[in-house]
Amino acid sequence: MTEAIFRLAQLVKQYGTRTILNLDALDILEGETLALVGPSGAGKSTLLRLLNFLETPTSGTIIYRGATVAHSSVPIKLRREITTVFQRPVLINSNVRDNIAYGLALRGVSCARIVDEMLERVGLTELSRATARKLSGGEMQRVALARALAIAPRVLLLDEPTANLDPYNIGLIEDIVRAQNRERGTTVVLVTHNIFQARRLAHRVGLLLNGRLVELSATAAFFDNPQDPRTASFVRGEMIY
Amino acid sequence: MGELAQGLVQAVQLILSGDPALTQIVLLSLQVTGIALFIAMLFGIPIGAALGLSRIRAQGIIVILLYTGMGLPPVVVGLFVYLMLSRAGPFGGLGWLFTTSAMVVAQVIISFPLVAGLTMVAVQSVDPQLRVQARSLGATRVQEMWTVLKEARIGVVAATVAAFGAIISEVGAVMLVGGNIEGKTRVLTTAIVLNTRTGEFELALALGIILLGIAFLINGAMMRLQRVADD
Repeated sequence: MTEAIFRLAQLVKQYGTRTILNLDALDILEGETLALVGPSGAGKSTLLRLLNFLETPTSGTIIYRGATVAHSSVPIKLRREITTVFQRPVLINSNVRDNIAYGLALRGVSCARIVDEMLERVGLTELSRATARKLSGGEMQRVALARALAIAPRVLLLDEPTANLDPYNIGLIEDIVRAQNRERGTTVVLVTHNIFQARRLAHRVGLLLNGRLVELSATAAFFDNPQDPRTASFVRGEMIY
Repeated sequence: MGELAQGLVQAVQLILSGDPALTQIVLLSLQVTGIALFIAMLFGIPIGAALGLSRIRAQGIIVILLYTGMGLPPVVVGLFVYLMLSRAGPFGGLGWLFTTSAMVVAQVIISFPLVAGLTMVAVQSVDPQLRVQARSLGATRVQEMWTVLKEARIGVVAATVAAFGAIISEVGAVMLVGGNIEGKTRVLTTAIVLNTRTGEFELALALGIILLGIAFLINGAMMRLQRVADD
């Protein structure tokens, strides 16, 4: 967990004249779970979209595994190492099994064993033939997570994956994410409003505020000994802007 | 009511008798409509999908033209095709006027905007986040578009059903450009018009009932297809 898998420098994202993200520097270490916390509109989801190469930065550089990425033409091989589980799971109109196999099918891989393994990991083996869109919110999110894990990503980006879910599903998803990181070495970047979740899952936590990285430190230090007064306020549950 | 009952009885008798003239009319109706629908789908589905998936400069005007085309009066289409294919027209040299080719052309013009327009709407109604999710899972542009089109499949079947309904029941255009020539360009709708004009209401009704029966069967099959697509 020492090599930086992502190195971001002077990264700016603007929509029109509005600056959403303005990062001086951020290294994301290979194999770590990094949690990004902060209020709505802080730029957290924008950062994930940039990391997944779903959007192009206005300026700045993204270095991935030692190579600067040219945003005009991100190689498909590179893109396929990274995936995102979004807050609202968007599933294809098919059964659970087909949804989990979707990413594999894009790669021309048809592997029932991987799908079976994923179904078991997310506890949905019994529902493998059920229509995915008729599942509960928690089950749908578990399908989305299984679909992401089936492609064995090097980097897993999680955008509020447990927002609006019940404690049972939150616990299940957290256990799967933790295991994925510890046992398979997948780098995880988690965006969450839930500071307790950040504390439970992350090796390091960063606070984003108005597009800027206010503080980034090891989880224990972030919560127990914050250096910035805004971080201290945030971890105390106070409103910060 | 008596005529309706008689028409129903005659329809059953006609079908059971296997009347060769009727068989020829039914087969020609299905042939003309089938070919026209196939051509409209061949061009309409990809064009509708492309319009639904992308933003081009002339999009607004193209969409207005498509929507206008969806409400085109068939008789106006017939007149237009007639003028184009008549001897003095720009395509007169083809010699298609009063042939099934002219009827197919007219029906393609009627059905294409329906297929393309409704496919476009079906594609646009797919959750835009699905494309983002597909890309995030490693889809190429083509795979991304194919995913969206597959999600819109129920709407695409509905577009096909609407287009089929519009052209199987259409009479004005095929009458004008086909000429309702017995054994050559006479289809169910034009035969109904002819029999009504000559006072053979039972036969006209019988043909109408057969037409409805065909439409019912084909729409039923398409609905079944739609249900399969939904499962």
